[in-house]
Amino acid sequence: MPGVAQANIRRRDRFAVLARCELDDLEQQFRTLGLNPEVTFLRPIETGLVMLRGRAGGTGAAFNLGEATVTRASVRLGDGRIGHSVALGRDRKRATLAAVVDALAAEADDEQRIETAIIAPLRQKLAEEDRREAELVAATKVDFFTMVRGEDE
Amino acid sequence: MYVAVKGGEKAIENAHRLLDEKRRGDRRLPALSLEQIAGQLALAVDRVMAEGALYDRELAALAVKQARGDMIEAIFLLRAYRTTLPRFYESLPVDTGAMGIERRISACFKDLPGGQLLGPTFDYTHRLLDPDLTGEEVEPNDLGTAEANDAVMRVSDILAADGMIESEEPLVDEDGVEATPGDMTRRPLSYPLSREQRLQALARGDEGFLLALGYSTQRGYGRNHPFAGEIRIGLVEVEVDLPELGHAVPIGRVRLTECQMVNQFRGSSETPPQFTRGYGLVFGQSERKAMSMALVDRALRARDFGEDVLAPAQDEEFVVSHCDNVQATGFVEHLKLPHYVDFQSELQLIRTLRQEWAEARESDADGDEEFGREAAE
Repeated sequence: MPGVAQANIRRRDRFAVLARCELDDLEQQFRTLGLNPEVTFLRPIETGLVMLRGRAGGTGAAFNLGEATVTRASVRLGDGRIGHSVALGRDRKRATLAAVVDALAAEADDEQRIETAIIAPLRQKLAEEDRREAELVAATKVDFFTMVRGEDE
Repeated sequence: MYVAVKGGEKAIENAHRLLDEKRRGDRRLPALSLEQIAGQLALAVDRVMAEGALYDRELAALAVKQARGDMIEAIFLLRAYRTTLPRFYESLPVDTGAMGIERRISACFKDLPGGQLLGPTFDYTHRLLDPDLTGEEVEPNDLGTAEANDAVMRVSDILAADGMIESEEPLVDEDGVEATPGDMTRRPLSYPLSREQRLQALARGDEGFLLALGYSTQRGYGRNHPFAGEIRIGLVEVEVDLPELGHAVPIGRVRLTECQMVNQFRGSSETPPQFTRGYGLVFGQSERKAMSMALVDRALRARDFGEDVLAPAQDEEFVVSHCDNVQATGFVEHLKLPHYVDFQSELQLIRTLRQEWAEARESDADGDEEFGREAAE
C-alpha cells in the first residue's frame, strides 16, 4: 500500500519538525490558521523517560547510552480527529499544540493546509539554522601539511 | 557499622538555610539564570547530563546551580530526579554516521571525505587567561563561513570497507531479531559483563576516573597502541517506535561526542590481521571523556583478544564497580555520618589492647630483671 507508506513518511516528517521547533514559532504559525478547535486529552499529558541507545563502534551491538526526558500528548478534537505528539524535553504546551496539529492533519483534506501553513515554514526555519551552523563549522576546516623531517633531506 | 541517630532537626534546618544563603552569594549581584548556566557553562552542563545519565539541559543547569557548581553533587541530584519519572520508550539505536557535524577530526588520515573540521575547540589555544573576559560583555567576533559538505563519512566505515579493521555488526538471532541490550538501571550487574553492559557503565562513568585509567594504558599498564581514528561531535536524531502509529518517528535531537580508537592488530588462521576498536559515546560535547571511554573499552576487551589481563584498566570488575562517582561518593562520604556507637566499641577494644600490651610489657620487664640478676650472679 504505497499510499499508506507515503502518509507514514509525511507523518514522520511532521513529527520531526514539531519535535524540534520552538514553541513561539509553532504558536505563531498555528495562529495563521485562525482555528480554535475543541480539544480533549485522550490521556493525561505526561513527562517521562526514553532510554537512548547507541551501537558499539557506531554500527555494532546496541547498548543503552542513557536516558532523556520526553513529553507526550494524545488529543481528540471536537470532530473526533485524534492526534499524538512525542518530543524530547518537558515542554507540555508545545506537546499539546503539536498533538492538535497532528490531529488536524489526520484528515486528508486538511493535511496539505497544515503542511503549507505550519510545517513548511517551521521546516524551512530549522533547515536555515542547520545550514548556518554547518557553514560556520565548514569555515574551521583545516588542511594540515605533513612536514618533511630533516633526516629525509 | 553505622547505627542510626536521631535529633538535631533544628540544627539541620538552620544548616540548610545557611546553605541556601551561601549558594545565593552576594545579593547585590543578580542571580544566575538557568539559561545563563546552560548557555555559558555549557560543558559543565554536558558533564552533569553525561554522568547523571539523563539528557535534559535545563534540569542539568538547575542541578549545577543547586549544587553550587559541585559537579558530583549535581550529578547526584540529576540521578535522583531520574528515579521519579516513568520510562516510556527505548529509542532505536542512534545513527552517528548521519550526525549533524559540529566538530570532526581524525589523527589517522590527513585528507578524508568531509575534511578535518575543528569546530569550537580549545585545541591550539595558548591557554593564557584572557583579560577581555573579565568585563561584562565581549564584542562578538566576525565569524567565517564556508560552503558546507554534505557527507562526513565515519573513518571506521572507511577502514571497515577495506576489511582493515574488525567489523562491528548488530547482535541478531537466527530470525534476524536484534538482541535487547542489558540495562544496569533495571537489573543489577553480575560479572562477567557483556561489552554492551560495560559501554553503558562507562558512558555514565566518572570522567576523571576513566581519564586516569585511559592514561594508565598509554603509560604501559595494558598498552594497546591507540590512534584517535575519529572524534566527532554533533547532533543526532532520536527515533522511537510508537505503537499508536505503528511506525518509528523522530522525537528530537541530542548532542553526542563519539570517539573511535583504532588499535593494534589481531588475526587468526581464518582472519587476516586487522586493527581492533575501542569505542566511546557520551552525551554532550565531551571529547576527553569519549576518548578515555574508548581507551578503557579497548583495554577491557583484552580477554576477547586472548591478551593477558595484568593491568587495572583491563580488569572489568575493578573498572566497572568503581567508575560510578555517585556510588563512590556515597560510600566515601558516608564515613562522615555519625559512627558514635561503632567508634565506642573500637575505643573499648583499643583500651583493652593497650592494657594487655602494658601488662605484657610489665611482666616482660620483670622477667628481664630476673634474667639480668641471674646473669650477674
